[in-house]
Amino acid sequence: MTTERIYAKLLPIIQNYLPEDVSPDEVDPDKDLTRELNINSAHLVDVVLDVEDAFDVEFANDDMESLRTVNDAITIIQNKLKENQ
Amino acid sequence: MKKDLQYIVNHLPYKAPFLFVDELTQVDENGASGHYTFSEDSEFYQGHFPDHPITPGVLLTECMAQIGLVSLGIFLLSSEEVEEQTSVALSETNIEFLKGVNPGETVYVQSEKIYFRFGKLKCKVRMTNAKDELVCKGIISGMVFQKKT
Repeated sequence: MTTERIYAKLLPIIQNYLPEDVSPDEVDPDKDLTRELNINSAHLVDVVLDVEDAFDVEFANDDMESLRTVNDAITIIQNKLKENQ
Repeated sequence: MKKDLQYIVNHLPYKAPFLFVDELTQVDENGASGHYTFSEDSEFYQGHFPDHPITPGVLLTECMAQIGLVSLGIFLLSSEEVEEQTSVALSETNIEFLKGVNPGETVYVQSEKIYFRFGKLKCKVRMTNAKDELVCKGIISGMVFQKKT
């Protein structure tokens, strides 16, 4: 799956968990999910669980620790999809 | 690591007048059960409500969270960590209230784990009264964390 297609599928998942003071337009690949997009720790878990369902992948604790930005999420998803092939 | 029921009760982060667990009757990987009796003398009955005292829904929710979520969280974490104070920051609740709880009534709480992943514990919870009637039910989730005592 291309980076663009992963991003297109990931974007609405992230937007769904943004706090009220962050506009959906503010999401871009370089943004830090918790520090810049203000997604709290409980909702970060929700994002990951939704990503697992949407892409049919499974995140490990290490993946969670390396997950900071939207781009990190794309990289992790890409690697998982390669492993699945 | 000891994980018996009394150990868990002793390690709950709450103290009176905000401890809503009298006894845990069962805890395992998948859920927790216990009960609590709301004392007729509790101060909040004087205001909720002056003419007809009834237990506030937020306290029923709190009771379900302490027995169903926090006790289970302590059990799940104490199996892998050394002795530290475990606590839970509630993140979401969605509770339906079906029956009132009068002063002096005993309530029974049962929880069923939906998932515990990356520190987030999500449970189905239900509360029944002494007549085994359903009082309230729903979903509660929170982040389980530990801090050094």
